[in-house]
Amino acid sequence: MPLRKGIVFTAMEIRLCCCHERGMDDIILRLSGLTKTYPGGLTAMNNVDLTIRRGEIFALLGPNGAGKTTLIGAVCGLVTPTSGTIEVFGDNIRNNWRSARARIGLVPQELSTDMFEPVHRAVSYSRGLFGLAPDKARIEEVLRSLSLWDKRDEQIRALSGGMKRRVLIAKAMAHEPDLLFLDEPTAGVDVELRKDMWRLIGEMRERGTTIILTTHYIEEAEEMADRVGVIRKGKVLMVDDKNAMMQRLGTTEAVITLAVPLAQLPLALKDFPVTLENGGSKLCYRGGDGSGKGRAEVAGLTKALVRADIDYVGIEIRESSLEDIFVGLVENDAGEAA
Amino acid sequence: MMGFNFRSMRAIYQRELYRALRTAFQSILAPVLTTSLYFIVFGAAIGGRMPDLGGVDYGAFIVPGLLLLTLLSESTSNASFGIYMPRFTGTIYELLSAPIGVAETLVGFVGAAATKSLILAAIILATATLFVDYSIAHPVLAVFYIMLVAASFSLFGFILGIWADSFEKLGIIPQLILLPLTFLGGTFYSIDMLPDPWRAAALFNPIVYLVSGLRWTFYGSADVPIEISFGLTLGFLAICVAIITFIFRTGWRLRA
Ligand SMILES: Nc1ncnc2c1ncn2[C@@H]1O[C@H](COP(=O)(O)OP(=O)(O)OP(=O)(O)O)[C@@H](O)[C@H]1O
Ligand SMILES: [Mg+2]
Repeated sequence: MPLRKGIVFTAMEIRLCCCHERGMDDIILRLSGLTKTYPGGLTAMNNVDLTIRRGEIFALLGPNGAGKTTLIGAVCGLVTPTSGTIEVFGDNIRNNWRSARARIGLVPQELSTDMFEPVHRAVSYSRGLFGLAPDKARIEEVLRSLSLWDKRDEQIRALSGGMKRRVLIAKAMAHEPDLLFLDEPTAGVDVELRKDMWRLIGEMRERGTTIILTTHYIEEAEEMADRVGVIRKGKVLMVDDKNAMMQRLGTTEAVITLAVPLAQLPLALKDFPVTLENGGSKLCYRGGDGSGKGRAEVAGLTKALVRADIDYVGIEIRESSLEDIFVGLVENDAGEAA
Repeated sequence: MMGFNFRSMRAIYQRELYRALRTAFQSILAPVLTTSLYFIVFGAAIGGRMPDLGGVDYGAFIVPGLLLLTLLSESTSNASFGIYMPRFTGTIYELLSAPIGVAETLVGFVGAAATKSLILAAIILATATLFVDYSIAHPVLAVFYIMLVAASFSLFGFILGIWADSFEKLGIIPQLILLPLTFLGGTFYSIDMLPDPWRAAALFNPIVYLVSGLRWTFYGSADVPIEISFGLTLGFLAICVAIITFIFRTGWRLRA
């Protein structure tokens, strides 16, 4: 276990660390056959097997209703699984739930806080609730790292949505968790704040925190994650190294609006994966592998157009969205789970 | 992992008290005002025409009843809101994911609700001295009994707050059951004053035993023996604890 700066371990923690160091190598969380059927009869999580390694950033991707929040809820004690087992920090969570929960942090998807509470109180409360002694310095550190220090005395309701989300993150970090769940940390967050958040998540990883986050944005997974899991309709479709997955499934789409419509594809473009659409007025590129190859190829394509003296008036480039990947996944290997 | 997370419990307790402090003005002013009104109407206006009851002046006689009226409704509503609001706003996620069991949660939430009730009781008793002259025969037992009632009904309110899935439901039990039973339970009269079939019927009203028990600690005499009052209150407390423990075991209305 990587040591964290400026943190005093309690005797219990040290004991826990030691036995993990010996036996469990680097598996921090293991879900086996985890299933959740809600009272209404909907199976939100279907026989999920998943292993999370110590110290990694794991991104759980999936469309609305895929079961991401349900999965997180099952580990964090918000959802009672119908069947299956959860092993965390090397033991079944049924046995070690108290010590395990003290080391797990959760940033929920919904912005739910006591709106009338001042920021620093909310954060200090979380620390106490998770069984740690008050520590003003630590709270200050957390608030400063999230740029909340200036807002510490404000009531949470007076903050903007993005700032409220930061408060939730601060609350989850206040007890220095080893395993942190971030349920759509960047939903409804502007670009700048999103970048900030990525940086922050990177810093937490540096300190040795294992992070599991959910997102709809593949670029987010691309930016941060070491490994990616794709979940849909309660099933984990695949789990892979991010880079491997991007290469396999990522695509770039470019639409080039031509100045003069073409009747057929010129020979000069025969090596590019392009088609003519919209009566020959739009040249559509679809290719690449999610590792930047597509963009480079589009750049080459524009040069080829210039060389062939084909004028164009606009270019739109779009990296493959998660939805595209799902379509591909579901069409290609529908039944086959990774 | 065994044990009791003392720091978690303290965090919950302190925060609940702090939340009360935020609205201290309302939460204290309202009961003080109502109590004063009761004293003016029942004590001063009507009380003058009432005979002494068991050797106690009518104005003084209603002090324990009034106190109980406020204790029951405040304990119930404090605790039920305390747990209903987090469920309603979604902040309960934090409690559910915290390393705490039923014990820490109960001592934290219910302890805070009970503490508020006790502070309120003290304020009401102080208010009462402005209107009537009364004394307390068994002060230690009285404090103990007040604590017992506050804790029991805070537990009861906690159950309500978990059971309710709308604000309407939250108010329905206190309004439709607790309040009528309290009024019929000898708050403003001795059930000895009732004609016979009603007198027997009144003994099925659990509140009668509470009022009677508290009145005994004040004036040394009451409608039913003090042992029975104590016993029933303790029994009620135990049932509530059992129900809450069951709720936490099963996660009913708490975990999906
Ligand atoms: N408490 C509940 N009772 C009944 N059904 C539920 C409950 N919570 C979630 N569901 C259902 O379970 C499915 C999975 O929901 P979940 O919230 O886990 O999805 P998600 O992947 O987090 O989606 P999103 O990206 O929209 O957050 C959905 O169909 C949802 O309607
Ligand atoms: Mg979700």
